[in-house]
Amino acid sequence: MSDFVNEFWNWFVILTVLVGIIGCWVLLFVQSKAPNTLGQTTGHVWDETLEEYNNPMPKWWSWLFVITVVFSLGYLALYPGLGNYPGAFGWTSAGQHKAEVEKVDAAIKPLFDKYLKMDLKAVAADKEAMEMGKRLYLTYCMQCHGSDARGSKGFPNLADGDWLYGGEPEQLIETISNGRMGMMPAYGGNPDAVGGAAGAKEVAHYVRSLSGLANDSLLAAKGKEKFANACAACHGPDAKGMQAMGAPNLTDKVWLYGGSEATIVETITKGRQNKMPAWKEFLGEGKVHVLAAYVLSLSAGGDKK
Amino acid sequence: MLETQSNYNYKVVRQFAVMAVIWGIVGMAMGVFIAAQLVWPDLTYGIEFLSYGRLRPLHTNAVIFAFGGCALFATSYWCVQRTCHARLFCGPLAAFTFWGWQVVILAAAITLPLGMTSGKEYAELEWPIDLLITAVWVSYAVVFFGTIAKRTVSHIYVANWFFGGFILAVALLHVVNSCEIPVTLFKSYSCYAGAQDAMVQWWYGHNAVGFFLTAGFLGMMYYFVPKQAGRPVYSYRLSVVHFWALIFTYMWAGPHHLHYTALPDWTQSVGMLFSLILLAPSWGGMINGIMTLQGAWHKLRDDPILKFLITSLSFYGMSTFEGPMMAIKTVNALSHYTDWTVGHVHSGALGWVAMVSIGSIYYLLPRLFGKPEMHSVKLITVHFWVATIGVVLYISSMWIAGVMQGLMWRAVNPDGTLTYSFVEAVKGSYPFWTIRFVGGLLFLSGMVIMAYNMFKTMAGGNTADAPVLAPAGYHA
Repeated sequence: MSDFVNEFWNWFVILTVLVGIIGCWVLLFVQSKAPNTLGQTTGHVWDETLEEYNNPMPKWWSWLFVITVVFSLGYLALYPGLGNYPGAFGWTSAGQHKAEVEKVDAAIKPLFDKYLKMDLKAVAADKEAMEMGKRLYLTYCMQCHGSDARGSKGFPNLADGDWLYGGEPEQLIETISNGRMGMMPAYGGNPDAVGGAAGAKEVAHYVRSLSGLANDSLLAAKGKEKFANACAACHGPDAKGMQAMGAPNLTDKVWLYGGSEATIVETITKGRQNKMPAWKEFLGEGKVHVLAAYVLSLSAGGDKK
Repeated sequence: MLETQSNYNYKVVRQFAVMAVIWGIVGMAMGVFIAAQLVWPDLTYGIEFLSYGRLRPLHTNAVIFAFGGCALFATSYWCVQRTCHARLFCGPLAAFTFWGWQVVILAAAITLPLGMTSGKEYAELEWPIDLLITAVWVSYAVVFFGTIAKRTVSHIYVANWFFGGFILAVALLHVVNSCEIPVTLFKSYSCYAGAQDAMVQWWYGHNAVGFFLTAGFLGMMYYFVPKQAGRPVYSYRLSVVHFWALIFTYMWAGPHHLHYTALPDWTQSVGMLFSLILLAPSWGGMINGIMTLQGAWHKLRDDPILKFLITSLSFYGMSTFEGPMMAIKTVNALSHYTDWTVGHVHSGALGWVAMVSIGSIYYLLPRLFGKPEMHSVKLITVHFWVATIGVVLYISSMWIAGVMQGLMWRAVNPDGTLTYSFVEAVKGSYPFWTIRFVGGLLFLSGMVIMAYNMFKTMAGGNTADAPVLAPAGYHA
């Protein structure tokens, strides 16, 4: 594929580059032929004392200059540089990248194929596989989920045994492979049923009561009714959430964005949007499998409630 | 004081020289501060105006344009008058360049911490400030070339070629790169998009190094080195070849900042080759400067100003060797995005640019304030050693950190996974960031010593302008 809209620019680049490089050599050559007188000045004087010797240019320096020019011309014959001319080696940076990726992929394929055939729980129990999984995790996942996998505001904790979309092997593989889009609409999509910011406060108190946090029971009682109308569709009538939609369980002590009254009110009034990217294309099935097993292993013996 | 054509205009030189020292302290203090943030990330308790991302552009703008810029204005105005044997052209316009430039600097110091930025490296200032820069720069060109035009000697001295080249090229770079569409008073968007925008940005970025931080300072070198050494410039012929080759090849070198990116392969190759060719023209300047000392090497022993000037040339030679090497794709694959780049920049910025400026300003100050020499020559020597140790600590720690980061990032296990996560390389860098902080602190301390020496020299000084000298030929 050409980088140029037409042939003019192709030749414009070729000629300017060649004339530029050869011009450097011509400049050096012409100037080295100019007469010089070692140890004598040019005869001009500025500002009382400033003079210039008419010494020749150092020979070694001129050769250094010539070598870089010759090297450049040779490089342009072998590598892309002169417009559309691809160079004798036919090298491209995209080609180099592809060749390196293919080489590594071919080398590691047997290793990942071995784990791909194994059950995810068996992989999670494999020491060697889990070391690989940890390295993969530290490269691709820790930016959001943290180096200890305990997440942070908006990024789920992977080690607590609590799952937004489910913690079964297939669900973990699905989450990593295709990503997830988390979306809570403002007021659950039904501002009238909640009744504005004041209503949001009541719902917040109800939600806090569900997980045993301090709340105003009068407000919570009003909130309960509103919850049934605006929130239960996703979070369920018992508020235990719905993994198929990624709607969190509101009765446990796990808070993705925080459980303070103010934060819950913010969540209700503004809604939340979240995204876990899809990794299948980038990592391939084998690495996703090992990663999923590693995530599984994180909560296996952990602080499950 | 009467403004007559028979005196040199020292006032504007004096103003710029003093402000160069002051802005040097401010800009370098910013650098030391953000270096400390890398060692102690919670230093500013999350205050947004003091965050690394806001202060880093303030540091680069302050040292390049405030410190470097004032030093260039001061030395070029001094040099062009004295080597043209004519008073600076259009005094009011020269005064405008001083006050205009100070306003630009103050505007930068206010807007950058507030987060107003065009997002272009080394050209972060928003469009109203860009317009003021353009006005100041055009005035600068008029004053400089106006003085060249009214010279009373036939030949233009070599230092003025470099100053002139620098002024013209920076005008071109600033206007093309800052081409932007304003949306509000404080926000604009670049006229270019995608890979083109990146290319224009680095065409500008590398030429900011090539012209602002190199050609201009070579002009400084060509005046102050032969002056202080009392020796003729080593080779006129060498200066002709390296001047033309330098200003021509620098224009092509930008793409080496974009190796292995979306930039077309041919552009990357051309950028790499011209960067390699640049080695000889750059070294031409170093040779011409250092060899000027031929027959006067003994002066290095007890002249601290000459120590600054010659050491700056050594650092110039080192970083202009390192630069072409780092432009080679295979080397760049290791060095890019690491602290090696930061070390390389500072070996040029502290070792070359700052040291040649410091030496030149030490030369100027007593002459500008009617004193036989600086208040304390001994303190200049102290400054020299403190600064040199600072630079060495800075660049060696960044070399080690950079190569370590590059090797850690590319290390791969047999299973194809990365041997080190990114944070491990960060952790490994801490000791070197601490050493860098100490190196920077030393360099800054040197500037504070200089400021003390400067104010002592200024006290009770005589600020009369010197009479314009008749060209030497007239005496004969």
